[in-house]
Amino acid sequence: MSLELREIHKHFGPVRANDGITLTVETGTLHGLLGENGAGKSTLMKVLSGFHSADSGEIVLDGKQIKLASPHDAIAAGIGMLHQDPLVFLPFSVIDNFVLGSPGAWRLDRRAAEIELNELCERYGFNFDAHTPVRLLTVGERQQLEIVRLLWLGARVLILDEPTTGISADQRSKLFATLKALAAEGMSVIFVSHKLEEVADLCQRVTVMTRGKVVGEAELPTPPERLVEMMFGQVIEIQDRSDVGLGVSHLELDSIQTASGLLSEEPISLDVKSGEVIGIAGMEGSGQDTFLRLCCGMRAPMKGTVAITGDDLTGKHYREFLNANVKYLPAGRLEEGLIEGLTITEHFVLTGQDTSFIIDWGAARKRAKELIDDYGIKGTENSTAESLSGGNQQRLLLAMLSEDLKVLLMEHPTRGLDIESADWVWEQLLARRQEGTAIVFASADLDELLRYSDRILVFFSGRIIGELDAAATNVDEIGLLIGGRSLGAEAAASS
Amino acid sequence: MSGFFTAFLEMFDTATISSIVAGASALMFATMGETISEKAGVINLSVDGSMMLAALAGFVIAFETDVVWLGFPAAAAVGMAVALLIAFSNIKLGLNQIAVGFVLFALSTELSRFLGNSYVGRPPVGVPAWDIPGLSSIPFFGPVLFDHNLVVYLSYLTVIATYLLMYRTRKGLEMQGIGERPEAAHARGIPVNKLRYFYTALGGALIGIGGAAFSLDVKLGWSDRPTRNLGWIVLAIVIFGGWHPLRAAIGVLLFGALQAFAINLIPEFPSLSQVLPSIPFPAMILALVVVNWKALLKWLDRYPFLRAILRSDPPTAIGTAFEVD
Ligand SMILES: Nc1ncnc2c1ncn2[C@@H]1O[C@H](COP(=O)(O)OP(=O)(O)OP(=O)(O)O)[C@@H](O)[C@H]1O
Ligand SMILES: [Mg+2]
Repeated sequence: MSLELREIHKHFGPVRANDGITLTVETGTLHGLLGENGAGKSTLMKVLSGFHSADSGEIVLDGKQIKLASPHDAIAAGIGMLHQDPLVFLPFSVIDNFVLGSPGAWRLDRRAAEIELNELCERYGFNFDAHTPVRLLTVGERQQLEIVRLLWLGARVLILDEPTTGISADQRSKLFATLKALAAEGMSVIFVSHKLEEVADLCQRVTVMTRGKVVGEAELPTPPERLVEMMFGQVIEIQDRSDVGLGVSHLELDSIQTASGLLSEEPISLDVKSGEVIGIAGMEGSGQDTFLRLCCGMRAPMKGTVAITGDDLTGKHYREFLNANVKYLPAGRLEEGLIEGLTITEHFVLTGQDTSFIIDWGAARKRAKELIDDYGIKGTENSTAESLSGGNQQRLLLAMLSEDLKVLLMEHPTRGLDIESADWVWEQLLARRQEGTAIVFASADLDELLRYSDRILVFFSGRIIGELDAAATNVDEIGLLIGGRSLGAEAAASS
Repeated sequence: MSGFFTAFLEMFDTATISSIVAGASALMFATMGETISEKAGVINLSVDGSMMLAALAGFVIAFETDVVWLGFPAAAAVGMAVALLIAFSNIKLGLNQIAVGFVLFALSTELSRFLGNSYVGRPPVGVPAWDIPGLSSIPFFGPVLFDHNLVVYLSYLTVIATYLLMYRTRKGLEMQGIGERPEAAHARGIPVNKLRYFYTALGGALIGIGGAAFSLDVKLGWSDRPTRNLGWIVLAIVIFGGWHPLRAAIGVLLFGALQAFAINLIPEFPSLSQVLPSIPFPAMILALVVVNWKALLKWLDRYPFLRAILRSDPPTAIGTAFEVD
């Protein structure tokens, strides 16, 4: 069904998140929505799904103007949204998540719902146990559950807000196949993403937003450079890494093993040299985070040693690792990296070198201003951490790093960032590498792993099942290893 | 030591068990009410005060009209009014539920003393006994469960109804949803704040009925702060019960048993007669600590079945306000 948004306005305090947006989505098409961080994509989609009510503007569905006072109206009109962070109830079971909010009799007939859930799953090739708590599902599975739920409720317009950020390559191809099938059945799909290849691969049309306004529309295929230019007003050259000579060992793991259940029994050894970049691939929860925590002293190994630039720091406190210039930036920027409620200035004071008892706030603010300029953070010295967009939170984290790092450990350094911010992050990281920092980063983005790593370690169920030379491998090989298979085995199986 | 043992044996008398069940009705209503309210995301911290004020309202209305049953709707209205104040100040004014709840606790306690002053010592009005024909003659279960009065029977029904509402109905699942992750409930078209008003009011009404059950059935008449500390025990039992109505009901009976035990001990240890009646309160807190003890829970992880019974995760969004623009 054709869907028209006319002159949508929505503001939050002084922020004009949507500033007069007009957009048409044709029946049975996949429509892409691109835009930098904070462009207002999620806001627009939330307006369209009734989650937020617009300040002004019209929504016309199949020639009829509809009023969306709440998500209830949107669902009734056949508009369903999969949110950026799937809005599921973690402690509740799959089936409870499925039926929660559905219309029907007072009595909850879980068994009947389970039959319908299974039918839908079979149709789209998904697979759930109706009674597991959703907490145990991967992000990709939570999305699948939300999608079948929306279809079950009769959605004919499906909105997906950055659905590919937290999911594996396998899950992504499955998702894309499903979306294409749905569009062929007459569903209109709106697909929000930062990844141009995905939009190009999937969509027929694309709309580009910047700062609350539509700045361009195009039929696909369109050269990616044109889309980037629409988004940022300029062509962005993706940095390529230059070669640097490797130096001394900065991080040495010698046959480490952990307490049961975290990593597999197999001892792990690794030697990372100064100026080297190690990429870590693997499905979420395959042991990457435990591994990184071992490297930075947040977890002590049961056996084996961890040495930083030749000093054995096995079993030492995280503080000692910090003093030895080892730094770990976890995936949860707001949960673990930054402190909600504290301002940018306060963050710099907390991590700064100044040890005097009384804080010189004047100087601290001046320093914060300098760093905000240097790192291009969109915000003021008094902005709180949670008010920054994802890209700007990542900039703040990098600005807080001390000067001469020996080892930098990161999880998903560019997750959720737009192309310009992602490129900027890597510019900073590669500059650090030039200065001799050893970098170890985990990422779900295979292109990112291939582009920036020297070596790639692939984790599968708690162990390293492959160590690849980034220059001599490709997406397919990594993809197979992530799934626990290898090229050789695959060839043997198919012959 | 032998005194202790005698008191313990007395616990298994049919008469003792029957009196525990009869005396539990007030706490049973209030605990179900608080469980419902918290499950929907609103902590009603005023229980100790609102139950008291409701107990007074129940007694006064029953006393003045001489119709005991009229005391219950009056008490429910008082409990509901206090609860709605908490919901309103949180939802509309964005105030902290805990702070408002505590102020209302203090306010309604003092109000009950002030307004109830002239009713101290007035002749009590009580709910008439009514043993259910047939059922009450079943051996053991008859006298224990069915030889009481309508208030006690309604307390059983309230527990069962709360359980069915929460786990067997669509509305109940939605209620859990708004206390767990309100933005997700909102995204599914559920009117979060409207329902929070509703369930807080419903919970408050049950807390009020608990108050009336106390002054018109459990301990007849009015004295200075007759229900004091019971409200805090309600809050503890809700946690002990892991926000599950059946587990909470067990908690209520456990507390009743502790009280009965303490009273049985008095004749054996007359010198401690001042201290013993207050023992159940710290004992209940201790039980609460035990069920939330990290080390114990970790040990229980090895026994998934026990762990499932004992797990108690609060509704994630409890105590927070929900707002969308
Ligand atoms: N609930 C809210 N309250 C206040 N400001 C908000 C709220 N939601 C969004 N904003 C602001 O509105 C602007 C647009 O945000 P939005 O989330 O729509 O961007 P986006 O295009 O989805 O970005 P991203 O790619 O990072 O997801 C941002 O400046 C953001 O800070
Ligand atoms: Mg967004």
